[in-house]
Amino acid sequence: MNVVVCVKQVPDTSDPDTEVHIDSSGRDVERSKFSFVINDADNYAVEEAILLKEKHGGEVTVVNIGPETANQVIRMALAKGGDKAIRLEDEKFEFSDAVCTARLLASAIKDIEYDIVMTGCIATDDGYTATGVALGQVLGLPHAAYVKSVEVVEEGKLKVGRELEGGIMEMLEIQTPCVLTIQTGINEPRYASFKGIRAASKKEIKLMDLAATGLSEDEAGEAGSKSVMVQYSVPEVGELAEMLEGDAAETSGKLAGILKEKGLV
Amino acid sequence: MSDIFVLAEHRQDELREVTLEMLTMAGGLGSPVTAVLFGSGVNDFADKCASFADKVIYVDDPTYENFNSAAYQAALVELIKAEKPGLVLIGNTGQGADLAPSLAVELDLPYSSDIIAVTIENDKPVATRQYYGGKIDGRIEFKDADTYVLAIREAATPAGEGGKSGEIVKTDNPVTTEITVKRFLEYVEAAIGEVDITQSTALVAVGRGIREDKNMPIMEELAQAMGADLAASRAVVDAGWLPQDRQVGISGKTVKPKLYLAVGISGAFQHVTGIKGADLVVAINKDPDAPIFQYADYGIVDDLFKVVPALTDKLKGMKG
Ligand SMILES: Cc1cc2nc3c(=O)[nH]c(=O)nc-3n(C[C@H](O)[C@H](O)[C@H](O)COP(=O)(O)OP(=O)(O)OC[C@H]3O[C@@H](n4cnc5c(N)ncnc54)[C@H](O)[C@@H]3O)c2cc1C
Ligand SMILES: Nc1ncnc2c1ncn2[C@@H]1O[C@H](COP(=O)(O)O)[C@@H](O)[C@H]1O
Repeated sequence: MNVVVCVKQVPDTSDPDTEVHIDSSGRDVERSKFSFVINDADNYAVEEAILLKEKHGGEVTVVNIGPETANQVIRMALAKGGDKAIRLEDEKFEFSDAVCTARLLASAIKDIEYDIVMTGCIATDDGYTATGVALGQVLGLPHAAYVKSVEVVEEGKLKVGRELEGGIMEMLEIQTPCVLTIQTGINEPRYASFKGIRAASKKEIKLMDLAATGLSEDEAGEAGSKSVMVQYSVPEVGELAEMLEGDAAETSGKLAGILKEKGLV
Repeated sequence: MSDIFVLAEHRQDELREVTLEMLTMAGGLGSPVTAVLFGSGVNDFADKCASFADKVIYVDDPTYENFNSAAYQAALVELIKAEKPGLVLIGNTGQGADLAPSLAVELDLPYSSDIIAVTIENDKPVATRQYYGGKIDGRIEFKDADTYVLAIREAATPAGEGGKSGEIVKTDNPVTTEITVKRFLEYVEAAIGEVDITQSTALVAVGRGIREDKNMPIMEELAQAMGADLAASRAVVDAGWLPQDRQVGISGKTVKPKLYLAVGISGAFQHVTGIKGADLVVAINKDPDAPIFQYADYGIVDDLFKVVPALTDKLKGMKG
């Protein structure tokens, strides 16, 4: 069971001190103060890939499009049990939409032998919820989105559960090779061991630029994207909450008073 | 622009609300609206769609009893080629997100997803979507094409009243080959737990801001002092700190307590759609820009590890 898993490096937006500001170009955010992490859903995808490898044998290949700093998330995936890695980087990739990103990922994946390609179901920065499903079509493969359970039924066939609204699972059979977009909570991602981290530091990360993908300039980046994010803006917000001011003793006192007055405690 | 197609979404004998939301949205764009309904014996859904659309294309075939993206995609490819709509709207839902991106790729059409607003400028759609968990909006423009495909966020616009009476056109299944790559098996309902948070009058909801499992007791104490049940964001449930039946949001529960206290929850739309029915929402979050404050009546911008114990003490003091 060979698995390819796509991992994206994203800013840690769950950190309350991560302020998101639009930069002077209006098309990007100020990144200098961000701390970067593996995308949440991709962390679960890496774990699922390694679990399948441990159960059924085979290899896990990690694929990323990102700058050199993304090596950090790639190495972590290798440390947990990934075998090989590819990183794609070229300034011509900038402003790729989800479909174009899928095309770039496919260019790296198509020459690998695999049974399953995994992506996260959503990236916490762009949140397109689209790249994995688009990737399936680019590779000419069936796909399943929002996958929260994977089971090998027989050679060439999986039983997967897709999580829908209300937590209902849609169970289906899908042929391999296929693309699965992994939903958070499917497993318990492990921590890398020191031994794993040491071993990973020696593994090679293959680099691919635009030329290496075999794609032309008008198939990558903004030129290769039919949808273009032209301008970021600060969202118009409706009425904000009434803020209770003061230190914790004061705010908690005010809140307790309000709740009491309203008969809620 | 030529006609707008809206894909009707239904599951387990229910037409999903996102269908009517999209039909309402499409109705405001100035082109005729066609609802496309794949189903098996769902005449009532066709009627409902007709009251929101100028036309309903209804393919009544056992293939479509349950959702299968491969079957839907094959059928939509044929319909779009034949009818050449200017715009196709699909829900960015559990079903639609499994379908729309691959459909757009197969037809080589401009596509964007999780759209919250659409306008038509120069005979082309321009879309708005959110980035960074709702902290930034982005304006999406498209390269010229005959048809554009957009996946629309659930609850982005409220459904209107309807009041139209579109013609229902029953159409033969455009797909005659059997779909074998993917086969629907069954739906499995979410497990029911000890506490039914949909019935709770007060909820203390915990988010990732709690950081670690070992910090949970401060939340339990607060809930106890408030006479509330504990609920959680998905992040907390995914981490295994509270069971799944405590999850509030689009893939969890929709709750309607008198009081909802969100602690260390950012306020992602998938979370807040679950608390629309709450009477009073209070949020405690260290980040003044957290979207949750847009949905709360009262807010405290501070470290939860300071506010929560203090609030617990105050509430205990009031009782004593
Ligand atoms: C298909 C799909 C379905 C989903 N369904 C759901 C769902 O049903 N329910 C749901 O909740 N989510 C759902 N999500 C996930 C959702 O998008 C968010 O990822 C999730 O809600 C984030 O949870 P959170 O707010 O706890 O964590 P985060 O977004 O990481 O936010 C943590 C917050 O804690 C604050 N914080 C950190 N430290 C402190 C501190 N010391 N004091 C005070 N505040 C602090 C931070 O400022 C931040 O705002 C779904 C996603 C997808 C793609
Ligand atoms: N730059 C990237 N490198 C590797 N994988 C990516 C990249 N961008 C998106 N993906 C994959 O696509 C998934 C979904 O992203 P999105 O469609 O933007 O929500 C992510 O969880 C990743 O697995």
